[in-house]
Amino acid sequence: MAASLQIPVWLEPYMRLLRGDRPGAQLAIITRQLGLPLLGIALFLFFWQVGAGHVKTSLGQLPGPAAVWDQAVNLKAEHDAERERAVAFYQRQHDRNAKRLEADPTAKPMPIRAYTGKPTFIDQIFTSLKTVMSGFALATLIAVPLGIAIGLSAPLYGAVNPLIQIFKPVSPLAWLPLVTIVVAAVYTSQDPMFAKSYVVSVLTVMLCSLWPTLINTAVGVTSVSSDLNNVSKVLRLSWLGHVRKIVLPASVPMIFTGLRLSLGTAWMVLIAAEMLAQNPGLGKFVWDEFQNGSSQSLGRIMVAVLVIGLIGYILDRLMLGLQRKVSWDKNVAVR
Amino acid sequence: MKTLLELTQVGIEFKTDKGPFVALQNVNLKIQEGEYVSLIGHSGCGKSTVLNIVAGLLQATTGGVVLDGREVNEPGPERAVVFQNHSLLPWLTAYENVELAVKQVFRGKKSRAEMKEWIEHNLHLVHMDHAMHKRPDEISGGMKQRVGIARALAMQPKVLLMDEPFGALDALTRAHLQDSLMEIQRELNNTVIMITHDVDEAVLLSDRIVMMTNGPAATIGEILDIDLERPRNRLELADDAHYNHLRHEVLRFLYEKQRKVEDFPQAPSAKSDAAKSAAAKSAGASSDQQESAAVVTSLHKKHVA
Repeated sequence: MAASLQIPVWLEPYMRLLRGDRPGAQLAIITRQLGLPLLGIALFLFFWQVGAGHVKTSLGQLPGPAAVWDQAVNLKAEHDAERERAVAFYQRQHDRNAKRLEADPTAKPMPIRAYTGKPTFIDQIFTSLKTVMSGFALATLIAVPLGIAIGLSAPLYGAVNPLIQIFKPVSPLAWLPLVTIVVAAVYTSQDPMFAKSYVVSVLTVMLCSLWPTLINTAVGVTSVSSDLNNVSKVLRLSWLGHVRKIVLPASVPMIFTGLRLSLGTAWMVLIAAEMLAQNPGLGKFVWDEFQNGSSQSLGRIMVAVLVIGLIGYILDRLMLGLQRKVSWDKNVAVR
Repeated sequence: MKTLLELTQVGIEFKTDKGPFVALQNVNLKIQEGEYVSLIGHSGCGKSTVLNIVAGLLQATTGGVVLDGREVNEPGPERAVVFQNHSLLPWLTAYENVELAVKQVFRGKKSRAEMKEWIEHNLHLVHMDHAMHKRPDEISGGMKQRVGIARALAMQPKVLLMDEPFGALDALTRAHLQDSLMEIQRELNNTVIMITHDVDEAVLLSDRIVMMTNGPAATIGEILDIDLERPRNRLELADDAHYNHLRHEVLRFLYEKQRKVEDFPQAPSAKSDAAKSAAAKSAGASSDQQESAAVVTSLHKKHVA
């Protein structure tokens, strides 16, 4: 179809339906694309509502979808209220300063005090995102060069591999006490740029999420096809030329597979790390609600669970988009 | 015409779990400048091994290869290789693939404009001008192989080595590429060694056909001179008596394997005698034997020690 306007593939059935082009076929496609997933979600919500009605916990009735929706609305309202309070707080200080200047034009304005309200749910989402991105970036910076090095050098691989195999399965909850103590001992500046909880979370995320990228990068580098190696030999490429022009581009698809797996792991690890390190993100939110034990806690925790899942999904899709753009290997199924 | 490439007493032995495996033994061959030589034989007879030794991708354990007076030890662009699986870099376009080779060989010797012109000239030779800026996954198998040939030609090699270049293609594409190759050969007069399974292809394209015996310890069985006039037209040749006779000779060698069978599992002295007598059957080999004797001693000593 010679289209001057490029519509995405998933939108085509709707366009065709509007035009009246084989409506039966279009409806079948739309049912499959949209109808079935919606049906699945609707069934899930139904069973949730019915099941929740039967479970009475120490904190009250297990919330169904309706109750969870109420809590979500609540959280948003709380966030807005908090923002308004912050704005009002600063406004009062500015007004005070303006009054003093009116009374006495030579008076120096008082310094604006910072607002010390607690972070809202939306703030905590952004803190979590910031923490996970820092941890993931740190992990990538370590894993990719190291992966390339051990892929290129068999002796180095032999030396590093046992360490990888031993440290890969360690859970973040096991790393946390060690990381906390080490950070407390080492990160002792008077005016720290980052909160200790943030540093601990970032380091824990890094320690747990660097393994998929490291292993996939090494595998990608070692599995450059022998044909391409022969081409490089016939052309007499220097070692650096060989690495830059043949090995690295050939490994890019595997590196991105590793990055995608690492990001998924990082997000999962983050929530656990935040809970225990008390970094003011979604993990801490869940932990606080659990400790709080109010009648609304369960609902709020469920909102957090859904938000965590959604964000994880969005992060994965972003990584997938990036991988599709960069990966030249059309044979690798990128879904 | 001068001898450009010379293989002398070339043999190779691989160390396997079951003991040393002698893949090739006593391969002696002289190739003149501008000659088109085909290497033909049954599967597993060591044809690719011979090519890899000439290319420098493998090291012979006995004997040696001399190109233009210098010994061949490692791969290099003066012995450009066209691989059976095109071996194009999948993340580069056709133009960039050839550019990689040209930059590597002519860095400092050609200006950027000259390089661009040279790359386009070579792609034009293989009729790939229209698809220059496409990636390998966007072009067909025949086109990929054309780009592989363009890349090899762009290195201006002394010897062009082709390892079953058309093996992975269908018959029609193969015919087109063979015609293209003959056209290029007419223009450039390269020295070419081609490995093939296809008897028709060998007789159509080459000046000489080197027929190898079966492995292990394969060697050169017979060498056939193809004295058909150039330019060769496949439709005309189909009815030509001499062409059919030559085909017949090759087929007889390949399918009446009895000729070489009796030389198998025997004492080394008997084997080398048989190999020598087989070599004597080939055209003009007798005079070469004396010349090669002197070269053999020094090379042999170097490689065995």
